[in-house]
Order: sequence, then C-alpha cells, then structure tokens
Amino acid sequence: MAKLQGRIVVDTEKCKGCGVCIPACPFDVIALADNVNSKGFHYAYMKNPEACTGCVNCALVCPDAVIQVYRKKATA
Amino acid sequence: MAEQQQQLTSEDIIQEENLVFDRTQLLTDNVFHYCPGCGHGVAHRLIMEVVEELEVQDKAIGIAPVGCSVLAYNYMDIDMQEAAHGRAPALATGIKRTMPDKYVFTYQGDGDLAAIGTAETIHACNRGENVAIFFINNGIYGMTGGQMAPTTLEKMKSSTTPYGRNIKQMGNPLKITELVAELPGTYYVTRQAVHKPGAVRKAKKAIKKAFEYQKLEKGLSFVEIVINCNSGWKMEPVDANKWMDENFLPYYPLGDIKVPEKK
Ligand SMILES: Cc1ncc(C[n+]2csc(CCOP(=O)(O)OP(=O)(O)O)c2C)c(N)n1
Ligand code: SF4
Ligand code: SF4
Repeated sequence: MAKLQGRIVVDTEKCKGCGVCIPACPFDVIALADNVNSKGFHYAYMKNPEACTGCVNCALVCPDAVIQVYRKKATA
Repeated sequence: MAEQQQQLTSEDIIQEENLVFDRTQLLTDNVFHYCPGCGHGVAHRLIMEVVEELEVQDKAIGIAPVGCSVLAYNYMDIDMQEAAHGRAPALATGIKRTMPDKYVFTYQGDGDLAAIGTAETIHACNRGENVAIFFINNGIYGMTGGQMAPTTLEKMKSSTTPYGRNIKQMGNPLKITELVAELPGTYYVTRQAVHKPGAVRKAKKAIKKAFEYQKLEKGLSFVEIVINCNSGWKMEPVDANKWMDENFLPYYPLGDIKVPEKK
C-alpha cells in the first residue's frame, strides 16, 4: 500500500504570520513560530511534519504565496 | 491490522521532482504590500496562475484600479495599465476594441466598481464588451481607512458607520453582481471566495472560464471574489474569514448567478 507523505517549505522572510494556513490544514501540521523574521512576523513552520500529506490546502489559501509543497509516495 | 508505513525523511521528500505546488512565475518577487491575511494576494495569484496555464502572458492586459490593489502592476508580471478611480471598464473597452486579440481584464474593489465607477461598470456590462471584470468585494473602502462602501452590510461597523450601517439613513447594501447579471451583455456572472481551499479551487475555475469565454468572443464575464479586509473590519485574519462565512456570505451567497445557456 502506498501512502502520500508531504512537506511544506515556507519562505519565512516573506511570511506575514497571518495564520490563515493553520485552519486550512486538515492534519494540524502548521503553527506559528515563537521566533520572528526580520519584519517581526511570527512565521509559519511545520510543528508536526510527519502528518503532512502534501495536499496543498495551506498553499492554496496563503495570501502571500510563500508556501511550496512537496509530495512523495511511500511504499509499505 | 495496521500496516507499518515507511516514514520518509524531509530530505527524501523535498526534492525537485516531488514539487507539487510552487509560486507561479507570473507573480513578481515583490512582497505584496497587503495586510497579513488579506485576500487580494490570493486573487492576484489565481489570475496569474490561469494566465500561466493558458500560456497567454504576452497577450494578457490587466487594468489596475484605485484602492488597495492600485499597485497590482507591481505584482502581476504582464502588461498592465492604471485607471482613474472606477474607470477601469472604460479603459478595458478601449484596449480590447483596438487590440481584439488580447485578453483584457479589470481588477477592481467594491468602492472602485460599485461606487465611483458604477456608470462604467453598468454600461460596459450592458454593451457586452468582450472583457473580464474581476470584482474584489471586501465590503469596505480598504485603502482609505475602512469607510462604508455600497456593499457594506446592514449593521456592519465601518469608520464612517461606527454604530453600524443604518439602512434608513444610508441605504441598502448593493448586490451589484446580481444587478449586472440582469443585463443582456453579460455572458457569465459568478460570485466566489478565496478564504478556504475548496473555495480557492472553485474561484480559479471561474477565472479560467472568464478567459476562455473571452477567447470565444462571448461577451463580458463578471467574476466577484469576496475577500476579507481584516484590518478594516478590525479583526484577526482567521477571525475575519470566520466572520465572513457567518455574516457576509449569507447576504452575498457564493455560486454562479448567470451561466451560458446550454445549446
Ligand atoms: C477620484 C477619487 N476619489 C476618491 C479617491 C479616494 N479613494 C482612494 S481608494 C478609495 C476606495 C477604495 O475602495 P475599494 O475599491 O473597495 O478597494 P479596497 O481598497 O477596499 O481594495 C477611495 C474612495 C481617489 N483616489 N480618487
Ligand atoms: S498563510 Fe502564508 S503568510 Fe500566512 S502564516 Fe501561513 S505561510 Fe505565512
Ligand atoms: S500540504 Fe496539506 S497536510 Fe501538508 S501542511 Fe499543507 S495543508 Fe497540511
């Protein structure tokens, strides 16, 4: 059986920490970092990367188009 | 029994060949000046994704409005023209008529399109100009500080209606999209949103249809996209999207309003 596993890559310097991607993720993968970028925004990061399926939901709603999504099939 | 799954590492997954979503090349590298969480960015991106997919970058001409998106030409990497406040449909008319092989669209806020530009909007729609109008409705004048727009809901607070919009005094919220759907010149009229993944997918399909109908010379396509103005509404971005679902969308329901008749 194959399972899809994903990862997101956030352009943390351009992320505005709006948090809109967080409720868009069906697997609760994303959170805002305690750290801030040079503009002072708490950028998004994967708090739970193993749960990501690469569904791209977060990237679809990101107003700043700063999320890249990768997806790969894992075989059992 | 649950099968033991192989856990891939980030290094396994983050490889060029596994990339399934990337920022479209047709957005410039400039950081949007929009507030965090503002839907203008998603709307910009979807239009550019469609232009990229249809491979019409060299044929697309956008008309930027006056409003928060006045600098849209800094982000959309295509030919663009700035219009005076509300006059984008008139410019689109002139550009399309002189260059009929181009894909011409306007990008306008609700103050721009439904207040100062009402005449241009209605007459371009009524004439059935073969262009697309992308109408970005956030229920407020965002750029100038959150004043009431024609689209502001009853009882909705804005900087000029601090106690909420009073219908008796300020009139009814204008459903201009339903209004232009009644005009014979409009071919496709729809209302979309971009605050949830499913809505984003549908909005992109609607934008694509608008370009395709223009190619087929069908007349005017009018695509409303409802977005939040979280700073104008004085809410956190995520709360603003929720408020939009609960308050804005019941009055401005999503979906197609006028679709081409099936032959
Ligand atoms: C002729 C003219 N009148 C008024 C203004 C002031 N003005 C600038 S933007 C704006 C309203 C913009 O609101 P909207 O179209 O809803 O766009 P948003 O900023 O919300 O995206 C107004 C009234 C102007 N620039 N020019
Ligand atoms: S939606 Fe985009 S800009 Fe907003 S927090 Fe998530 S990654 Fe950052
Ligand atoms: S790709 Fe899907 S599963 Fe992965 S973080 Fe984004 S929304 Fe969550």
